[in-house]
Amino acid sequence: MTSIGTGYDLTNSTFSPDGRNFQVEYASKAVENGGTAIGIRCRNGVVLAVEKIITSKLLKSGGNKRIASIDRNFGMISSGLVPDGRHLVSRARDEAASWRTSYKCPIPSSSLAFRVGSYVQAYTLYSSVRPFGVTTILAGWDSETESRVDGQVGSGPKAALAGKTKGTKAGGPGLYMIEPSGLYWGYYGAATGKGRQTAKAELEKLDLPSGNLSLEQGVKEAARIIYAAHEDSKDKDFELEMSWVSSSDGPTQGRHEQVPKELLEQAETFAKRAMEGDDDEDTATGGGETMEL
Amino acid sequence: MNHLPQAWGRPRNAILGAYNPSILQPSGPKAHTTSPIVTGTSVLAVKFKDGVVIAADNLASYGSLARFTDVKRLRTFNRRTVVGFGGDVSDMQYLDRLLLSLDIEENYGSSGHDLNALNLHTYLAKVMYKRRSDINPLWNQLLVAGLDGLDQPFLSSVDLLGTTFSSPTLATGFGAHLAQPLLRKVVDDEAKVGSVTREQATNAVRECMKVLFYRDARSLDKYSIAVITKDGVELKEDEELENQSWAFAEMIKGYGTQTV
Repeated sequence: MTSIGTGYDLTNSTFSPDGRNFQVEYASKAVENGGTAIGIRCRNGVVLAVEKIITSKLLKSGGNKRIASIDRNFGMISSGLVPDGRHLVSRARDEAASWRTSYKCPIPSSSLAFRVGSYVQAYTLYSSVRPFGVTTILAGWDSETESRVDGQVGSGPKAALAGKTKGTKAGGPGLYMIEPSGLYWGYYGAATGKGRQTAKAELEKLDLPSGNLSLEQGVKEAARIIYAAHEDSKDKDFELEMSWVSSSDGPTQGRHEQVPKELLEQAETFAKRAMEGDDDEDTATGGGETMEL
Repeated sequence: MNHLPQAWGRPRNAILGAYNPSILQPSGPKAHTTSPIVTGTSVLAVKFKDGVVIAADNLASYGSLARFTDVKRLRTFNRRTVVGFGGDVSDMQYLDRLLLSLDIEENYGSSGHDLNALNLHTYLAKVMYKRRSDINPLWNQLLVAGLDGLDQPFLSSVDLLGTTFSSPTLATGFGAHLAQPLLRKVVDDEAKVGSVTREQATNAVRECMKVLFYRDARSLDKYSIAVITKDGVELKEDEELENQSWAFAEMIKGYGTQTV
């Protein structure tokens, strides 16, 4: 950043002569030190996982959840400044609720990403505010089944199709990542935080665009990737937190929930074993030790 | 036309003279709902040893017209409680959406705790009482059926005034007059709930739905019935009255179009 110190980084929303907004770039720096968070878009659902660094031995294990639920069918995890992430969660919940008041149905994942993205972007436009110090991953499942309008009590006319096209496919998994600039894309696999480089490399190996990975496999892979991404900051203890959202006929019936304890433990065992396998290879080249938790 | 909405759609003063604004009653009392429009009739419920049975027919009447015949008046909450709605159907839809948003908000935390039927009844009672205190009541009587915090059968009522009461058997609307005495034959005392079986309770409710269809002109032979136990809610929404016998009808004399 050669232009640092030239005065163009002192307020938000100020362009430098070469067209950069430094405050937004500094916000991205805050994300680079956050615990690794990833999302995997599977065939029949989406998995979220986060490396929760234990900052004190006095914190209750399994408490202080980082992954939040939005409406019924979305999960949200932020990496970076935790309070900024909480504020975004609150905003996303308001957006989802306001969509329901207007349209009497759940918000589609693309629309939720658009609304949260627009909100984040607005914080790059004014000198009176600072950008969000988080990159947020949003995971959801848009219902693929015919669902009732909220508050609907009858079934309507049986004779006509009532404007519906028969046989159209709807719904499916949604995974979006929103950056401090407000930029967001839809992803097959998303990673952010300290270990994002390792995590991205691992995600690319999974061949996610082919849509072959099942949700259950996704849970295991997510655990493994978080453990792999933790290798670089081994000196710190961490806890793995995972959540998922499946199709209507899947394990969560279209809702976003924490991954059940037994499955989480299975996935962690799988992840640790995979790490030990890696370490054996390392030993051959003269290094490495077994993972401690 | 000018900028005053009060003047829109009216002849100009030059033609008919000044308009008499007193008919707009700008200083009169503000009025909210003073009567329901589209209504549902009775809801019945009985406690038994493991849970509660609740039923309501699928009719929404517009005055005396049987207007909508597929209206589901039993609404599940949180997969473990059922609320049965008598009275205004649009107010029921409002409450249904309110309960949906409550359910969503309650599940934001992943603590594993959720609202039981007792909690839900307390909440609904507060909502109903608040609205009656605003002199803007929700024109319903509700039965809340499920299990309380100790997994014991729970059944309680709240009406448009916010009045609450509970009993081993409850019925709203016409059913309060006609079905309640019949249901009390099955169980008339909280202490006896433990000896009532699921079959006894279900049969009594189904029999009462039939009696109500015979006698209540705002009722329907299609109904919904739900059984709530520790295992969850079993809700059937397309039941039909079976083994009807109208033989008694010939004996009835003294009203209607009869001249005898």
